[in-house]
Amino acid sequence: MKRLFLACALSILAALASAKEAAPAADDPVLESRMLSIASELRCLVCQNQTIADSHADLAQDLRRQVREMLQRGDTDRQIIDFMTARYGDFVLYRPPLKATTAFLWFGPGLLLVGGLVGLVWVLRKRSRMSADRFDPDEDEGNAIPAEPDARST
Amino acid sequence: MKRLWFLVPLVVLGVLVLFLGAGLKLDPREVPSPLIGKPAPGFALARLDDAAQTIKREDMLGKVWMLNVWASWCVACREEHPLLVEFSHKKLLPVYGLNYKDQRPDGMAWLSQFGNPYDASLFDSDGRVGIDFGVYGVPETFIIDRDGVVRMKHIGPLTPEVIQTEIEPMVRKLNG
Repeated sequence: MKRLFLACALSILAALASAKEAAPAADDPVLESRMLSIASELRCLVCQNQTIADSHADLAQDLRRQVREMLQRGDTDRQIIDFMTARYGDFVLYRPPLKATTAFLWFGPGLLLVGGLVGLVWVLRKRSRMSADRFDPDEDEGNAIPAEPDARST
Repeated sequence: MKRLWFLVPLVVLGVLVLFLGAGLKLDPREVPSPLIGKPAPGFALARLDDAAQTIKREDMLGKVWMLNVWASWCVACREEHPLLVEFSHKKLLPVYGLNYKDQRPDGMAWLSQFGNPYDASLFDSDGRVGIDFGVYGVPETFIIDRDGVVRMKHIGPLTPEVIQTEIEPMVRKLNG
């Protein structure tokens, strides 16, 4: 009986402790998950390689609060993202918008890949047209033309 | 012509080195502010030293002024503070402080200990005005013109070079 009571007391205590930690989330889980999905698109400017959702920096906490309040007010995701870019610039977005200044950022890797593939195809086709005597023999075909018999006997 | 093909990888390497070299010189901490050239965000905050007095954006129209974001918990602010005190003695323009996410007594004590360069400090205890100004690294310094447009922003502690080569020319231009 005593044990049961202790177990109950402990579990209530544990529930209280965890409830305290998650206080803002407990109010409205739907809103909280929307807040987190928006915050995970935003860069924390203090610790630049983390999102606002991940970061424990003071500013990130304030911005999460800001997003939460804007959602409670009924703002759309678009309005919230615009609010952030108006203050912190496009840098705050992990997915920068497609503009003239960011075109190279968006298409650069694709262009490099295509360029590399074109180069590769070009070189391979050029080689396939070359006659066989332009190449060194492969090593495992060495039996046909013994190149260095002395080295092999030692 | 065909003989020069062997130079292609060298040219590619050269371009890459140029890009990487330029990348080394960029400071990722200095994010260009979208506020420059735009009207400063609206605010109405109590003074740090007098909770009963409010300063609004509209009160500042008609003069070129400096807004310096500081806090008593901010180590880099301590570093720039003597410069700011010295700068304020020149009386080039009114210098206002934005006491960012601080406690009133802490902020007041800090000013009486290190000197007060500010005409007044605005008390932004929850950092909301800071968010409107896009503040992310205290200290930050803004120059705002007569029409209330943000003309310059400096992130991080001021240095003698920044004051001489950027701030003073800008203030002269705006006042001139």
